[in-house]
Amino acid sequence: MRGATGLFVAWMTPVLSAAQTDRTTGRPAKGDLLVKVGDATLTPLTIDDIPTTAPLMAWPMNAADQIVRSGSRLNRVLLVRLDREALATGTRSLAAGNVVAYSAICTHSGCDVGGWIADAQQLYCECHESKFDPRDGARVTDGPAPRSLPALPIEVVDGVLVVARPFTSRVGFTEG
Amino acid sequence: MRTLVLAAAIVLSAEQRPVVPPPPPPPPLPMPAILQAYQPVTAERLLKPADGEWLMIRRSYDGWGYSPLTQINTQNVARLQPVWVFSTGAVNGHEAPPLVNNGVMFVSTPGNQVIAVDARTGLLLWRYRRPLMEDAVVLHPTTRGVALYGDRVFLAANEAVLVALDAKTGKEVWTADVADNQSGYYMSLAPMVAEGNVIIGASGGELGIRGFVAAYDAETGALRWRTYTVPAPGEPGSETWPKGDQWKTGGAPVWVTGNFDPQSHLSYWGTGNGGPWMGDQRPGDNLFTASTVAIDVRTGRMAGHFQYHPNDSWDWDEVSPPILVDYQRNGRTVKGLVDVARNGYLWFLERSDSAIAFVEGKPYVKQTVFKSLDPKTGRPDVDPDRKPGTGTKAENICPSHWGGKNWPPIAFSPQTRMIYIPANENLCDSITGVEVEYEPGSRYIGGTSSLVLTPGADHVGEVQAWNVDTGQRVWTHTYSHSVNWGSMLATGGGLVFSGGTGDRKLHAFDAANGTLLWEFPTNSGILGPPSSFTIDGKQFIAVQSGWGVDSRSMQSRLNTLTRGGYPEVPEGGAIWVFAVP
Repeated sequence: MRGATGLFVAWMTPVLSAAQTDRTTGRPAKGDLLVKVGDATLTPLTIDDIPTTAPLMAWPMNAADQIVRSGSRLNRVLLVRLDREALATGTRSLAAGNVVAYSAICTHSGCDVGGWIADAQQLYCECHESKFDPRDGARVTDGPAPRSLPALPIEVVDGVLVVARPFTSRVGFTEG
Repeated sequence: MRTLVLAAAIVLSAEQRPVVPPPPPPPPLPMPAILQAYQPVTAERLLKPADGEWLMIRRSYDGWGYSPLTQINTQNVARLQPVWVFSTGAVNGHEAPPLVNNGVMFVSTPGNQVIAVDARTGLLLWRYRRPLMEDAVVLHPTTRGVALYGDRVFLAANEAVLVALDAKTGKEVWTADVADNQSGYYMSLAPMVAEGNVIIGASGGELGIRGFVAAYDAETGALRWRTYTVPAPGEPGSETWPKGDQWKTGGAPVWVTGNFDPQSHLSYWGTGNGGPWMGDQRPGDNLFTASTVAIDVRTGRMAGHFQYHPNDSWDWDEVSPPILVDYQRNGRTVKGLVDVARNGYLWFLERSDSAIAFVEGKPYVKQTVFKSLDPKTGRPDVDPDRKPGTGTKAENICPSHWGGKNWPPIAFSPQTRMIYIPANENLCDSITGVEVEYEPGSRYIGGTSSLVLTPGADHVGEVQAWNVDTGQRVWTHTYSHSVNWGSMLATGGGLVFSGGTGDRKLHAFDAANGTLLWEFPTNSGILGPPSSFTIDGKQFIAVQSGWGVDSRSMQSRLNTLTRGGYPEVPEGGAIWVFAVP
């Protein structure tokens, strides 16, 4: 019997480990709120919190327990406020009003896409100069990135920005 | 009820079943004879490799990238043919040279992979892969090679972990955590082994790291010493930093392997840009950014330095170390260092036990930022109009932030007395600085740059040959429709080999006059250094092909600028081995 119990525990261990996975590292899920990076008050963002002059970097936050998913840099999200009329048709369905959300991790080498070219309304990766058009699904307009930034579909619920669906594609880059 | 009884019977049966031990693992396959016969790489062999050996990334500690072999030469190179090719299974930039010891070839590839191959046949002997965390911070996901010593292979894994492998099996012997990857430290260089130490540095100049060179005991993996390339307050050089915390995030990364002078015990390492990019956010010269530092491999003591430009604001990492070569100047022999800098200048320096002295500097590509050099110290007089700052834009910065030459190493031939430079000409920048806030593991750049192709330019990529004794350029080969990211190999057969071009070719030039004698299109673009070695007396040329990282970036920017003139280069890695039949 002891032997059987031992086997049972050994079999269960990976399952238990998976269940205990740090909730800060899980990818954003439907219903998550969004909070500004560095905001200790964990105030859920609204459309009006997103500046029209530059993107805002945010983390997803589990709405139920207010756990911020900042345990993985792959969860960084860029929130961009644009002219809704300028959004491509497919991009409008991902947006909350005139705000769109994309992974902040460049698909080329994994840098944070932190730059913004205001006159061209382009997201810009300072590491290797890839550019992405946030009005059109963050498609690559210049530079070495091999694919668009994954979009994070969002919506407005009770006046705040909420994740509507998971990332539209895998975040990050191909390591080798 | 019947069901319950049956269920109970099954449970009882299971409980009463004796525990069956798992079957023993199958016996391991016998070790291939070539590995059984593997000869340790001794310190003596590293100091004086036999002509047919290529045991470290540049073959010799002086960094020449020179093979004295003569079988493949100017007379027969036109008949050079592939012998075998091996797909690495990895994409992105393959920047490592094939090393060969006793017929066993070792290559590293992107994806934390090391492959051991029978160099004669191309058959796989073993493969090591180290999984990379999904959210690892690796802004340049590549590797520039492994180091061999004893019966071990050393890999600087991307997540800043130093790995020692058993050369016969590919199994880990020890690992050492070098730095915190989530704070932006990663590694892409090849380790150097000198005097029993495995010496490495860290990348992360765009992430606010504090650069260093560190040594680990080759036998045990214990840290021997760590020398920072940004001094702490009170340390020599700290007076060149503002009073504040900038030194903690000051950059000066070390992402290319140094060279080594066994007589003085000094190794010479190049350092990268300051953090963040704009120098006005860290006023001062900012030692030891954009410098060569001389470090005693036994103790880590910094014995000297030379800074190529103070207060870097152009992302001109000077990480390529100078080669060690004695040259003639004004009637005397200079115990020299020769460095081809990213800032567009060719530097002739003098090395001693206690200092690195300036001898001569001159541009090898168009350079618009330095108005002149101080004739005694070599310190450049910088044109303020060509220096970007926070909130200000500087235009017509030449060369571009990728430099006249980036990381791909030069080669030197003692036959011709020439160095061979993979250069990019006619590329300039405009750079605008912006405020940036430090956050661990996040980009710490604070600048945007726009590449500019000089109007009317008829080429970008070049191979240049300069005589080190006269300090004059001897020949130039231009690539009319390509960049050049090709590491150089010079040989005793009077040849210079390099790839680097978007047409995927490996090229062979007459070392004396630059005549293109042979070229061959591989699967992808070639970035890594070619190497040359013998097996049973026959000479081979080996190289990895695999485009990516910065070469891909430059190619795509030029393709946009020229509306399709620099099309995408196919990617995917392979090892190629060539010989004359």
